[in-house]
Amino acid sequence: MNRIENLFQNKKNILNIYLTAGYPKLNDTVEIVKELENAGVDMVEIGMPFSDPLADGPVIQHSSTVALKNCMTLNLIFSQIQEIRKSSDIPIIMMGYFNQLMQYGEEAFFEKAAHCGVDGLIIPDLPVEIYSETYNDKVKKLGLDMIFLISPQTENERIRLLDEASSGFLYVVSSASTTGKISNMEQEKSYFERIQKMKLKNPLLIGFGISDKKSYDTACNYASGAIIGSAFIRALEKNGSIKQSVHEFIKTIRP
Amino acid sequence: MNYQPDTKGFYGDFGGAFIPELLYPNVEFLRKHYLEIIGSESFQKEFNSLLQDFAGRPTPLYFAKRLSEKYNTNVFLKREDLNHTGAHKINNTIGQILLAQRLGKKRIIAETGAGQHGVATATVTALMGLQCVVYMGKVDMERQAPNVARMQMLGAEVRPALSGSQTLKDATNEAIRDWINHPEDTYYLIGSVVGPHPYPDMVARFQSVISEEMKQQLQEKTGRDYPDKIIACVGGGSNAAGAFYHYLDNKKVELIAVEAEGLGLKSGHTAATTQTGSEGIIHGSRTLLMQNEEGQITEPYSISAGLDYPGIGPLHAHLFKSGRGRFMGATDQEALNAAYELTRLEGIIPALESAHALAALGKIELTKDENVVVNLSGRGDKDLQAYIKNLSDFEKD
Ligand SMILES: Cc1ncc(COP(=O)(O)O)c(C=O)c1O
Repeated sequence: MNRIENLFQNKKNILNIYLTAGYPKLNDTVEIVKELENAGVDMVEIGMPFSDPLADGPVIQHSSTVALKNCMTLNLIFSQIQEIRKSSDIPIIMMGYFNQLMQYGEEAFFEKAAHCGVDGLIIPDLPVEIYSETYNDKVKKLGLDMIFLISPQTENERIRLLDEASSGFLYVVSSASTTGKISNMEQEKSYFERIQKMKLKNPLLIGFGISDKKSYDTACNYASGAIIGSAFIRALEKNGSIKQSVHEFIKTIRP
Repeated sequence: MNYQPDTKGFYGDFGGAFIPELLYPNVEFLRKHYLEIIGSESFQKEFNSLLQDFAGRPTPLYFAKRLSEKYNTNVFLKREDLNHTGAHKINNTIGQILLAQRLGKKRIIAETGAGQHGVATATVTALMGLQCVVYMGKVDMERQAPNVARMQMLGAEVRPALSGSQTLKDATNEAIRDWINHPEDTYYLIGSVVGPHPYPDMVARFQSVISEEMKQQLQEKTGRDYPDKIIACVGGGSNAAGAFYHYLDNKKVELIAVEAEGLGLKSGHTAATTQTGSEGIIHGSRTLLMQNEEGQITEPYSISAGLDYPGIGPLHAHLFKSGRGRFMGATDQEALNAAYELTRLEGIIPALESAHALAALGKIELTKDENVVVNLSGRGDKDLQAYIKNLSDFEKD
């Protein structure tokens, strides 16, 4: 059993926090993850900054631009993850765009990620069909989870396909939006109920637009937990130490 | 060799639909239905009648006598500059607006570089009474200000793209993000043969009217329905795709694609994708693009806002890799000189984009008995500022 499966078996109301590697400072990644873990966060999603992040709103775009200006590279992210792994078993997911993998070499990327202690991957612009045909065997052999997204527009038949191809969990996008737009969780209740009733293979995490205790609690009513990204990145922009920003933010979500 | 995409949208190694799942329902619906819709008799009838009566087609194929004498060959100009709104872009926007209407979409979004596609989109949305939002890089809004005013006069909202290099690439990102946020009521009207399948094929089909007319016009003027060479500039590649389309399988026709070299290939300020790029993904398509070794897309540069794009459409990547197309470049200066030359020899002020195609005449071997078609994709009104600024240098030489 890998770290992600283990987590879902043993915990409810999982809190997964997204951060952009290399933001706000190039070498902040390790400290942020450690403080998140100290603050009780269950899982982290480490974003690989990309020049053209199509699925992301302004906050994550900005953090990516800053991280790239800080000269973040994939190899540096991998070594930061290795550093984290020296003292932590928190489940780690890497999130990035397919072009980054292509230039690194897809196989080399998967091997390196597994070697460094990454547990799962989210590649929003990698089509599930191409993944299943070309990469699934390799990824599974390395023990990595591949996590696909579904949205309110995704038809049931395709949800089953994406669930089948995913392992670890299925990423339920809360509303039709890029990251960081505050979603009206009340409005999406019928969508969440529809997904709940489908009795999918994977546990569910709800993400995109989760920003505070209220939206986190709503997500937990319909899924195994939630993913928070832009709201956390915004919290890092505040003055004060990383330790302080992280703990203050997590306290607002889980008082 | 096959130059049509397969059912998944691949031209050889290039194309496909590398899109976030959030876009899948819209793109998949298009993929399933576009051929049936645009192939239908009622669609074709409306499309052709608007091309004729609204856009002003067919555009002339003009024998440029003095230009021909200068280059010691027979140069024909396909006068896309004479289209309504001043460029080939209207061919595509008429096609896609009819499609959007049939899909029941009420809100149209588009990206634009030079503003030509934005103007062509704002024009057809005005015609159909639909809401229109055009994304344009902030830098481009400044250098193509007249087109911003035209779009606004036509009733479109022009939103500045503030991310990245604030040019066409970033405007395209913003348009895609808008579509993710408005999947139900919005249609994304892409301006070139780029983006996820089926856009490259769809746009190529709408632009193919260029070479369809060329065949007939060449037959009348030269007694043969094909030329020896066709020259077109490539930003995303839509005017080139349209000019090449009906000759893709005719190996007697040399297809010459001209990219913008900007300040020169080695200057670091260029938009010459095939010469400085490599394979990867941009805007949902596997193609050639300019990027660093980390896969970060680099910022292109060209004096011409319409060619200032770090990728090319997947059809062109395939033409390049397979050797079917001959790819070359023209610098800012070469394009400016070619524009001044056409103005003085033929009384036609070309768009800066089209001037890159004209510049190729001075860079290839040409013979007296050859027929060469240059696709004059647009007119130069929008570029007057740049032309006026640089004219004194030209006249000194
Ligand atoms: C006149 C003109 N020609 C060419 C282009 C380049 O686009 P494409 O390569 O799709 O024809 C543009 C784009 O704005 C244009 O306005």
